[in-house]
Amino acid sequence: MKPHTLSVLVENRAGVLSRVAGMFSRRGFNIESLAVGTCEEPNMSRITIVVNGDDGIVEQVMKQTNKLIDVIKVSDLTERESVERELALIKVTAEPGTSRAEILQIADIFRAQVVDVGAKALVLQVAGDTNKIDALEKLLRQYGIKELVRTGKVALLRGAKTVKSSK
Amino acid sequence: MKTGARTLIEALQREGVDTIFGYPGGVVLPIYDELYDSSIRHILVRHEQAAAHAADGYARASGRVGVCLATSGPGACNLVTGIATAYMDSIPVVALTGQVPTALLGNDAFQESDITGITLPVTKHNYLVKDAADIDRVVREAFYIARTGRPGPVLVDLPKDVSTSEVKSTKAVPETVSLRGYQPTYEGHVRQIDKALDLIAGAQRPLVYAGGGVVLSGASAELLEFVETAAVPVTTTLMGLGAVPGDHPLCLGMLGMHGTQSANYAVTECDLLIAVGVRFDDRVTGKIETFAPNAAVIHIDIDPAEIGKNKLVNVPIVGDVKAVLRALLRRMQKRGDTANWVSRINAWKTQFPLSYRNDGHLRPQYVVEQLSDILKGEGIVVSEVGQNQMWTALYYCFKKPRTWITSGGLGTMGYGFPAAIGAHYARPDMPVVDIAGDGSFQMNIQELGTVAQYDIPVKVVVLNNMYLGMVRQWQELFYDRRYSYTELPPVDFVKIANAYGIEGITVTEKDRVREALETALATDGPFVLDFRVEREENVFPMVPAGAAINEMIGVRQQ
Repeated sequence: MKPHTLSVLVENRAGVLSRVAGMFSRRGFNIESLAVGTCEEPNMSRITIVVNGDDGIVEQVMKQTNKLIDVIKVSDLTERESVERELALIKVTAEPGTSRAEILQIADIFRAQVVDVGAKALVLQVAGDTNKIDALEKLLRQYGIKELVRTGKVALLRGAKTVKSSK
Repeated sequence: MKTGARTLIEALQREGVDTIFGYPGGVVLPIYDELYDSSIRHILVRHEQAAAHAADGYARASGRVGVCLATSGPGACNLVTGIATAYMDSIPVVALTGQVPTALLGNDAFQESDITGITLPVTKHNYLVKDAADIDRVVREAFYIARTGRPGPVLVDLPKDVSTSEVKSTKAVPETVSLRGYQPTYEGHVRQIDKALDLIAGAQRPLVYAGGGVVLSGASAELLEFVETAAVPVTTTLMGLGAVPGDHPLCLGMLGMHGTQSANYAVTECDLLIAVGVRFDDRVTGKIETFAPNAAVIHIDIDPAEIGKNKLVNVPIVGDVKAVLRALLRRMQKRGDTANWVSRINAWKTQFPLSYRNDGHLRPQYVVEQLSDILKGEGIVVSEVGQNQMWTALYYCFKKPRTWITSGGLGTMGYGFPAAIGAHYARPDMPVVDIAGDGSFQMNIQELGTVAQYDIPVKVVVLNNMYLGMVRQWQELFYDRRYSYTELPPVDFVKIANAYGIEGITVTEKDRVREALETALATDGPFVLDFRVEREENVFPMVPAGAAINEMIGVRQQ
């Protein structure tokens, strides 16, 4: 069992996400993370799904996903050279005069940006792979995380190669 | 300028639709108004579920796409069991549903249900049409998706205002459909085909395991030629019965939970399993670890997701069964020496024939045998689900594809009678018999109204044991005969038939079986035969749940 990152190219139509997500749930495949958005092709969207499972399960996931009429192409990026990123917004408790400086220092080390400063809290934005965000979250917990949101992972192949838009 | 409803009817005619099974309602009034003087025949059923089953039966008997129509909300929801039945058995059906006007969508309007959402997991694809200008394209795509690749049901949901609105453009409908996300593979990969041929040439104990895919692909002739050319015995699944003649010397009948002993022994001992248009269903394999334990496996199927799903495969061949079998035949140079294997199988067939107590009692197997003897394969036999289905599968000799219509994957009780109605409209030249249990028949018994109204010559053979027989059998064998809610009080089915103006005979004696069947078949219209059979007869052979398929009960042991 290991996480696999699947890049799924789909028609940009109403209901496509529920078709994909519904297929995962009814076949008992667990989605660890999911991110959707438009992509380089007009009328298409790209869904990045992280799913846990052995190779047989992931093969079945990919085949079943591919069967959906609105799915154009499914690729497993796990075994290939790819960049994977996730973005998080973290609202940390930061009362004036207390640990603010420490938090900013940590943010700096993680190359996180402060995107909102309030009297009692900061909102940090951080991008990176899943481990990096997990690490930052762990460090900030001591100061009190009021809210946290993560986008889910997105990924692309490295180099000039692309996920071909044919099945 | 024409309305969406008019556009729909013309689009259906363009797809060659001659018959629709349906039930009207509020939001489909515009469509029904167009049907009123259309050349398309509409059969009014008594429950929408029957419309879906009839469309499915029509598709199975004809090989063409079956069509059903229902109104929004309850009408559409009532189709769901029928759509799921078609989905599990890969049957091409287009289900048309009305929907509340687009302005009210999502508003909990009267008779609104999210039928595209509800049917998402049980359709191959579905559409909610929001613009009448899309109707031509959507109908063309729906039929194309339903019948190509691995076939399946497609639902098209039409809001009322889409049906009434005027379609402005008269864009020419494209001849071909091109969907970038849907490109089935039809031709098998040559290298895989040659690998398969190598295995076939080297096999000493090969076995073909053929299923519904052979029937769907129209590949019976190719399969028979392959089996004879390569001298390989063949067993079929429930869905594959009729793909090869049941009385062919190389045919072992059905395998699996209620398979024949020779078929199940052959699977267990074969050294090469050639799986053709099958999906290694749990009712076939029993305990999967011990299914064909000594065999290399070649798996031919059009759906790549079926390959390796349940059983590891040595040579996968993705493609249309007919095309792949043709390629195998074309490229075959050498076959294995199977003479010893065939004679071993023949010995099993002789030693372990199907058997039941053929005494003076009226037993259900006898009824099926007599029907088989009368029809000689020249009829369409439909079944319900349960013991009636298994006795028919075992004791009726199917000789041609598309003469056996049954709900395999979903196992839908109440399927048979409405499916028989659909089969009649697909093949009006053939006698159509529904073999039912008293439980199943009562699940869609209201369709007596339909067969009476249109004088549909469907013959219903009720194997009436006043039990939900298959569940009772499991209770007898595995629950210490505690018959929990499986006993049904006696029903006089002939009286019910008579109330609809339909003839019927109640049969209580074995020596009246033949005569009753002949009378029913000689009658022009519908007919109900109520056979009061031995109540606690069981279906054997039987593989208990979780056992290996060679561990059968109710048989003489090897």
